[in-house]
Amino acid sequence: MAKKVAFLQGNEAAAHGALYAGCKFFAGYPITPSTEVAEVMSAELPKVGGKFIQMEDEIGAMAALIGASLTGLKVLTSTSGPGLSLKQENIGYACITEVPCVIVNVMRGGPSTGMPTGPSQSDVMCAKWGTHGDHAAICLVPASVQELFEETVRAFNIAEKYRMPVMVMPDEIVGHMRERIVFPEPGEIEVIERTGPSVPPEQYKPYDTSYGDVPPLAAFGSGYKFHVTGLNKMQDGFPTTKAEIVQAEEERQVRKVEANKADIMKWEEYLCDDAEVIVVAFGSTSRSARFAVDEARKNGIKAGLFRLITFWPFPEERLLELSKQVKGFITPEMNLGMCTGVVKGCIEGNAPVLGIFRVDGEPVNPGQILDKMKEVK
Amino acid sequence: MAFDYDKYIRPGKLPHIWCPGCGHGIVMKGLIRAMDSLNMKKEETAIVSGIGCASRLPGYMDCCTLHTAHGRAAAFATGVKMAKPEMNVILVGGDGDGTAIGGNHFIHACRRNIDMTYIIMNNYIYGMTGGQFSPCTPTGAKASTTPYGNPDPGFDIAKLAIGAGATFVARGTAYHATQIDKLIAEAIQHKGFSVVEILDDCPTTYGRRNKYRSVVEMMNRLKEVAVPVKAAEKMTAEQLEGKVLTGVLHKVEQPEYCEQYAKVLQRAQAAK
Repeated sequence: MAKKVAFLQGNEAAAHGALYAGCKFFAGYPITPSTEVAEVMSAELPKVGGKFIQMEDEIGAMAALIGASLTGLKVLTSTSGPGLSLKQENIGYACITEVPCVIVNVMRGGPSTGMPTGPSQSDVMCAKWGTHGDHAAICLVPASVQELFEETVRAFNIAEKYRMPVMVMPDEIVGHMRERIVFPEPGEIEVIERTGPSVPPEQYKPYDTSYGDVPPLAAFGSGYKFHVTGLNKMQDGFPTTKAEIVQAEEERQVRKVEANKADIMKWEEYLCDDAEVIVVAFGSTSRSARFAVDEARKNGIKAGLFRLITFWPFPEERLLELSKQVKGFITPEMNLGMCTGVVKGCIEGNAPVLGIFRVDGEPVNPGQILDKMKEVK
Repeated sequence: MAFDYDKYIRPGKLPHIWCPGCGHGIVMKGLIRAMDSLNMKKEETAIVSGIGCASRLPGYMDCCTLHTAHGRAAAFATGVKMAKPEMNVILVGGDGDGTAIGGNHFIHACRRNIDMTYIIMNNYIYGMTGGQFSPCTPTGAKASTTPYGNPDPGFDIAKLAIGAGATFVARGTAYHATQIDKLIAEAIQHKGFSVVEILDDCPTTYGRRNKYRSVVEMMNRLKEVAVPVKAAEKMTAEQLEGKVLTGVLHKVEQPEYCEQYAKVLQRAQAAK
């Protein structure tokens, strides 16, 4: 049987990816340029017995999401910059309480209201440092409609596997462009379910590290009674200020991502093997970069593309390796140097990093990248 | 035989954090008697709170308990209830948590008429942070951030809830302890969003700044200002000056949110 093919918008693909992954609950608040995700979910979720709620604000949407996830459902919200700022309070809550949830944040200009209909890639630092306190962050940055679907499925898998919030962050161009998409058959992409308790209710502890860095999570209403709090807590879920417990728990919550980076990180190397100049790019910018790399190769320049698919965790080790072979990196991005700074931070000064920054609501074009390649000596 | 509170208290989690003389424990006992009178199953009951002294209550209850972020209890609880409508969902918290930072979630939970019960312990102050004025602090009262007297007018929580669409609103006081369980039980049985405001006392951060020399004096004030709704019907406006009505203040039947959403599911699946 031929696979289902559609001409779909990125935001619509994100919603369909969530449904493929088994999402059964959406809570959100309208915001440009992400609203189509909510619109598709409002239409499709009730068909499969799922629930959709439009909350009174972004904070409430994130809160309802965590509440629903604690009953055992896979949950999704979508937002954009100003909404992401508001959601940070409860993103932190999901981090410390270790409740799986997926946030699709379609990047528009900022700070504040910024440029609501213009593309941007300036929320990648907010994804990592937006909420206060130490915590791990996972942020996926797809570059096509097909990839937005697939990475949304993967976001659910990672969220459920590692008990934490995961962000999918297409820039507005990826969120709003329309492309051909081939829907995978059920079972074609792996769908991971969260690990539930294997002990009877009276023995259950929601943060039992004897199971490793990711303890099993029971569901409210399934016969298990347990406590969830945003305070630093013990293995039984109750608050503590005991120094050694707080230290160990904080470290574990960061370690569960650090130690599993290889499972979470994803990137694509295009013509990097012999490259003397490597463009590090993500999202729609990586499409301009790929075009520029092809053009450069035609002109005899040994160019390559390192395309980030996860922004967090960042593939520091691989870029450090590549930095030993190249004459320079080029980092085009729709912000004022967020990725550029991270690349500089991981290559130990082995090569120059030349940024191309646009925050004028226009994409970085291939010509700009080609021009910048000439500066690499 | 004395009532056995232990069957709803989480083993090993007492003593509580509340100060001597605080009314929150009286409210918790009322909640336990109400739950017992309705034979509520602990594993099918979620107790959700925000931040503050009153919001520590869920930790002591042997149920599915969710101690959330400041003001957000109603929003978290909405997610729990909508995802699992068969669960009993009870919200607890204080006046600052519920009507200031949580005001938006509060009014929208009222508007949706989602089947949950919200117990607000109104002690007129932010107790946990040391006694700053809340939206319920009376005009003129002293708080740590109103050293010259509070310039703000206070909220009437019951009127706010009624105006926002709550379909059951009741008020009691920490002094009238035996009424608390009856109000809470009736609220839980009501289909829709029910609000029970319990006028409470904070001797530590409110009483000492406002010339209450003892907990007894604060409790006596609650006794004096409370007028049952029935009794109030026979009183003049003059007699009601400075009084607060107690009992069931508002009760109407309106479509409940989860039942309404169940119809959405039916319509979506019929159209499929």
